[in-house]
Amino acid sequence: MTDPVAWLILLPLVWATGAFVLGPGRGARLAIGALLVQCALALQLAVEVLAYGGRTHPVGGWGAPLGIDLAADGLSAVMLLLAQALALPLAVYARAYFAENAPTVRYFWPLAGFLLAGINALFLAADLFNLYVTLELVGLAAVGLVAAGGTARQVAAALRYLFAALAGSLLYLLGVALIYGAYGTVSLETLAPLVDARAPAAVWIAGGLMLAGLMLKTAIFPFHYWLPPAHGGAPAPVSALLSALVVKASFYLILRLSLDVFAPLAAAAATVLGLLGAAAIVWGSWQALRTDHIKMLVAWSTVAQLGYLFLVFPLLAPDGLALQAGGMQAIAHGLAKAAMFAAAGVLMLATGRDTLVGLAGVAGRVPLTLFAFGLAGVTLMGLPPSGGFLAKWLLIEAALTHGQWGWVAVVIGGGLLAAAYVFRVLRQAFLLAPADSRFHPVPRSMEWTAFVLAAASVLLGLRGVELMALLARGAA
Amino acid sequence: MTLNEALPLAVLASSLAPGLIIFALPESRIRLRTALNLFGALAKLVLVGVLLAGVAAGEDYGFRHAVLPGLELVFKADALALLFVTLSALLWLFTTLYAIGYLEGSPHRSRFFGFFSLCVTATMGIAMAGNLFTFFVFYELLTLATFPLVVHRGTPQAMRGGTVYLAYTLGGGALLLTGIVWLHGLAGSADFAHGGYLSALGPDYDGQLQLVFLLLIAGLGVKAALVPLHGWLPRAMVAPAPVSALLHAVAVVKAGAFGVVRIVYEVYGVEFAQSLDLLTPLAVAAAVTIVWGSIRALFQDDLKKRLAFSTVSQVSYIVLGVALFGPLGTIGALVHLVHQGVMKITLFFCAGNYAETLGVHKVSEMDGAGRRMPWTSAAFTVAAFGMIGVPPLAGFVSKWYLGLGALEAGMPWVLAVLAASSLLNAAYFLPILHRLWFRSRDGAWPEEHIPARGGLETSPLLLAPPLVTAAAALAFGLLASSCASPLDWARLIADREYLSWSP
Amino acid sequence: MSSGLVFAAAGAVLFAMGLAGIVLIGHLLRRILAFNVMGSGAFLILVGLAQRAGGADPVPQAMVLTGIVVAVASTALALALARRLHRLTGRTTLSATDSDPE
Repeated sequence: MTDPVAWLILLPLVWATGAFVLGPGRGARLAIGALLVQCALALQLAVEVLAYGGRTHPVGGWGAPLGIDLAADGLSAVMLLLAQALALPLAVYARAYFAENAPTVRYFWPLAGFLLAGINALFLAADLFNLYVTLELVGLAAVGLVAAGGTARQVAAALRYLFAALAGSLLYLLGVALIYGAYGTVSLETLAPLVDARAPAAVWIAGGLMLAGLMLKTAIFPFHYWLPPAHGGAPAPVSALLSALVVKASFYLILRLSLDVFAPLAAAAATVLGLLGAAAIVWGSWQALRTDHIKMLVAWSTVAQLGYLFLVFPLLAPDGLALQAGGMQAIAHGLAKAAMFAAAGVLMLATGRDTLVGLAGVAGRVPLTLFAFGLAGVTLMGLPPSGGFLAKWLLIEAALTHGQWGWVAVVIGGGLLAAAYVFRVLRQAFLLAPADSRFHPVPRSMEWTAFVLAAASVLLGLRGVELMALLARGAA
Repeated sequence: MTLNEALPLAVLASSLAPGLIIFALPESRIRLRTALNLFGALAKLVLVGVLLAGVAAGEDYGFRHAVLPGLELVFKADALALLFVTLSALLWLFTTLYAIGYLEGSPHRSRFFGFFSLCVTATMGIAMAGNLFTFFVFYELLTLATFPLVVHRGTPQAMRGGTVYLAYTLGGGALLLTGIVWLHGLAGSADFAHGGYLSALGPDYDGQLQLVFLLLIAGLGVKAALVPLHGWLPRAMVAPAPVSALLHAVAVVKAGAFGVVRIVYEVYGVEFAQSLDLLTPLAVAAAVTIVWGSIRALFQDDLKKRLAFSTVSQVSYIVLGVALFGPLGTIGALVHLVHQGVMKITLFFCAGNYAETLGVHKVSEMDGAGRRMPWTSAAFTVAAFGMIGVPPLAGFVSKWYLGLGALEAGMPWVLAVLAASSLLNAAYFLPILHRLWFRSRDGAWPEEHIPARGGLETSPLLLAPPLVTAAAALAFGLLASSCASPLDWARLIADREYLSWSP
Repeated sequence: MSSGLVFAAAGAVLFAMGLAGIVLIGHLLRRILAFNVMGSGAFLILVGLAQRAGGADPVPQAMVLTGIVVAVASTALALALARRLHRLTGRTTLSATDSDPE
């Protein structure tokens, strides 16, 4: 009865529906309670995978090809753990946040539940087509969340996001169709031994289409155009969920496919992906340095940080360093970015303004939140001791081992750029408050959840052994 | 966990834990905050005392913790680590006392003392780091923890100083990281070891190792304020006086210099570094810094700026000593690490006293201050003479050993640098002393904040620390040859680095 | 050329047309239609290519059914958003400026 694999998908669907029926007040309590259980389930799954290796779960006992198989290995266990660990504090945060901002709350809990169900299903999906369906589920729920505020700007951002997401998933679907045409199966397990470097042209085209679609959804440079308005414009808890988690879902897919089914083809695209990652780091940081709005700064920082994830591809090798770096970066960035958006939300609530200039003097008013922002910034800059630092260390080590010097410069330079934009905020906060500034009180639970997330992203840097062992379990 | 593993961690925790609690304290809990600060500082001193006794008796203290597969945090409290730990722990106590007096009544004190404690924790971590990875973790932590202190006042000028500080130190950190990961790739996760661990790699790697050395020294040179990487130090003097003391004497520049010591002696190994022709360029860089810093100091009217350039010059004595191949140079370098700290902190305490009590910030405003504040000025005078190298003060002992070391290493030109530097030191300190004692004041002080009451020229918490540290500067010189002096401890370390040498 | 391949080729043409529509057309309603054309193209290819063995392969049929459900849902969402935007701003296109906040 308690196979966590199935319940991780079922439970969010249940509380999403429940929250829709019960309304926001009781729905929020239901969601938080259920998320506690989900965290325990994800932990149980991680422990089991670490001990016994990956496993498959045929839904309803039907089995492929007509039934649906779910598969859990080290990589998916890590991502599931990340998803639940992010969702729980963000739910607590959102409950306090929406008590202050009434209009958007009606749809938040149901949509968040469907989003989480989709994400969990995506991390567990075992064939290309189910990946498509879950990808769409995630995309639609995310678009709904962006639009939930209902202002013209948010609706426009949501539409832009929806078009990008739809174009991305249709490109992916076309790839799936070509693969099915070539091999007559979409199961990852069956496909893996079939695809090799002498695959027919259709398979190469399929790989290219799927990659392009997923890159569009991951918002890697130059497909990043939809991300800053969508993530910067949404309510803070939504931005946090999207930036920390949703873009990671399509990245996870690229990583999974290039480790597994498309490994023989992935080498061809690796350098290009790395270069795009480098461009994303530079361009995202540059824009973050120029914007005047706190949340846009954080959103552009996501564009830049996604670049690090793509630096993994040219360095993928049997030694596993790059995979570890990618996993670590995904987790560290997830926690840090959730913390940063949460903190940004608090700062905006406290100052009543959304600009950097308005931040003068907040260091004295909401010190805990500023501390959280700073800690999250430490992770993004890749300074020790933090998960981001370990990710950076592993990336540099991988690049040096393979003698690829250019990536070292990119990683180091990217860290300095991140420092530049993070300290733009901190500097402003340490300035003396102008005499006419007014501060609104902020619920403590919001301040603390931001802090807990940020502290987690830093403490991750003190112990990564178990995570790395889990990541190596059954992946590739 | 055995006691020998727990002790180094306890040394870290004795400042980390009070720091974290202080962050959470409301501004008004002054007594509790002060109690926590002093408790942490005293507890640390007790722990350090235990460690000192243990290490002198040949005990090994260390702790390991795996962070990633093949990557460990390693702490070890060896003789060299304890030299730095003891210095910082002692000076931390005095700086805390001073800061409590200095910041009386100013806002954001919880934040200040919280980051202050973090700084000291980072310094302890740097001192006790057992490998390069650990060293780097705490080295960057120090950067982050000092930034809020440098910009503590929140003025635009403080922000500019803080930004320059960050730009330099983070840039240096990036170079250092590249070098460290490179070495990690070449030699794996190796601990610091007497005689270094790189000579085993073989001659094929010589070119790479020279390049890595350059990266590492450039990275450390930022904090150690080697010319031309010293630009942040004079600009960071906008910080409050206790923070300047921290930057110049207790933590930041020392962390850079200490890093150079570890790299040369325990990563490369001094003989291997010599065989790679790395020491002579290092000595030249240090010599240039010594002379250039002194020359710039001559032309500063702002007292703290003059002291800052003096630091640029004096810290490079440590680097110079490291670069002199031979045990005498080593002794000179290590003993100067302590002596410079004690003397420079005295000078900054005194500068802070002048500014807080009389509003005097410039050398040209100091006429007659000796009569108004005789005790502070006496401490200043002792420390200034020490810097110049007048016997029997601490600075003389350092310069003596550096000179001997230069002759031993066959680099007589270093003597000329030392002589020139002493003359320049005299040239920028003696005019101050002349103004203090021999000029008389006409007119009021710029801004007299603290009036003289009874026998006290300023608040007692401001006065006591410089007097104690000045006395220490005198004692370290007078009693240099007695046991348990800094010189004695430096000899012990040199013994262990140069196994073949006996004093 | 077998009938399957004809379907697939027609699908490819539809897909390309839809893609071009998304990139080139500004009007939201026509853009949403372009998505549906694109989706239909993908479904045709999926069904068309899978007919090699002569008879119909049930698996892609099931997939296409699922895909159509997804497409209907996304179309509905897109239409709702487009109407909302029209009500709020009177516009039927996305302008370049609304990517900047304020």
